[in-house]
Amino acid sequence: MTVSALAAVVVMLGIAPLLPGVAVRTKSLLTGRHGAPVLQLYHDLWKLLHKEPVYSTTTTWIFRAGPLLVLAALLLAAFLIPLDGRAAPLSFAGDLVAFAGLLALARFALVLAGLDTGSSFEGMGASREVTVAAFAEPALFLCFTGLVLATGSVSLSGMLGTPLGEMWPRAAPSLTLVGIGLFVLLLAENSRGPIDDPATHLELTMIHEVIVLDHSGPDLAVILYGSALKLGLFGALVVSVFAPRAGLSAPAAIAILALGLCIVAVAVGIVESVTARLRLVRVPQLLVGAGVFAAFGMILLLA
Amino acid sequence: MQTAPQLVLLFVVLSDFAVLGTTRLTTCIRALAFQGLLLAALPLMLASHFSTHVVLLGLGTLVVKAFVLPRFLTWAIREAAVRREVEPLIGYVPSLLLGVLALGLGFAMSARLPLPAGREALLVPVSLTTVIIGLLVLTTRRKALTQVVGYLMLENGIFLFGLTQAESVPFLLELGVLLDVFVAVFIMGIVVFHINREFDSLDSARLTELQD
Repeated sequence: MTVSALAAVVVMLGIAPLLPGVAVRTKSLLTGRHGAPVLQLYHDLWKLLHKEPVYSTTTTWIFRAGPLLVLAALLLAAFLIPLDGRAAPLSFAGDLVAFAGLLALARFALVLAGLDTGSSFEGMGASREVTVAAFAEPALFLCFTGLVLATGSVSLSGMLGTPLGEMWPRAAPSLTLVGIGLFVLLLAENSRGPIDDPATHLELTMIHEVIVLDHSGPDLAVILYGSALKLGLFGALVVSVFAPRAGLSAPAAIAILALGLCIVAVAVGIVESVTARLRLVRVPQLLVGAGVFAAFGMILLLA
Repeated sequence: MQTAPQLVLLFVVLSDFAVLGTTRLTTCIRALAFQGLLLAALPLMLASHFSTHVVLLGLGTLVVKAFVLPRFLTWAIREAAVRREVEPLIGYVPSLLLGVLALGLGFAMSARLPLPAGREALLVPVSLTTVIIGLLVLTTRRKALTQVVGYLMLENGIFLFGLTQAESVPFLLELGVLLDVFVAVFIMGIVVFHINREFDSLDSARLTELQD
């Protein structure tokens, strides 16, 4: 465990709430509005942390445990990604499965907390969230398989760390395809872009936002922060694939990560501005498409 | 390793998948036109030296595959007033998965073929994949126009395979093939037009109702 790896995690935890703000600002500018300040989420989190949580009498401890479990799982997942471009603070063979498992655990906790309220809207949102995830997860593993084949390593640090930079000149097409697949997954997993509309306020059309309707105060703050962190983690995967930073000094690598994350957030904003939201029946098709990209990259590597 | 032809071949495969995954006929035709454009660029990129043969082949492909045929198909969908492929025999998600299978099959088969060395390595697998996906579109879609698109993709795949021999196949033969395709699509367009006028639909399954 090196200092630079820990510093990278700290930077990541710090700038995560910036990313949704950047995406929203991009969207506002592209649609000719002024939009909320980029730092809005920091203010929101601060405000929510000072509020008193309100719990419905129908909810049980599951509802209260949900947000904490979400945050814990995502924090642990943050320690598995080599954010400084070299090695993660935590790394072992097969940690990519642990990463996917932690994300699934976070989603499970969120969905369970939503179902615990007994509200039919949240039940619907939960069902949609899980449906999207069921299609996103195989695609995520296909992307990971592509990276494993490219680098010959089965840990996230090995995959996204040193060997990736050396592979780019030889396997540029496959890595690009895998990177595009990961970006589509980023949109799906974080309920952005053509899959979900983070700005909607109609319960019938929401996916992610509707599950957290009953959370309030610090609980909501934790969940909002968790979503921002998840966006950051997926962004870090995309940035690591497109910009291997092993050869750079640690501060430069972390700075490039931060810059890359902002670029990813801008890209998310652009995608959200130029595409209409997909009908729910078309969402699996998009996610299978992402899987096809990854599989194509994989086959190119095998050939 | 040459990267420009590789990139072009990658885009050919992506346009195959675009045709497999879209419901809108205009998008299908645009993807096909894009594929035609890529195919026109390939002979120029792969040739070791520029000859009139190669340039004419590229130009002929460009005119026929990237402009004339797509324009003609666009005219046909406007005449027939169809926009979408409704309920293909195999749904979009399964057909995308079958497309991946076709891709794997294309690569696996080309690894076993005794091919002359020194060619662009991706050319044969991509051509086989395009042929299989073209066949898939041709057989599993119901609308006559999508079937024409499938037929053209099939032909594009054969064209790609022919590029491995581009310097040894006589120019006249290639122009003949191009002309054949043009005429075939022309006839198909007229047939499509008549199917539409006769049955008020482009569903080729209705042709079983034909009686004398």
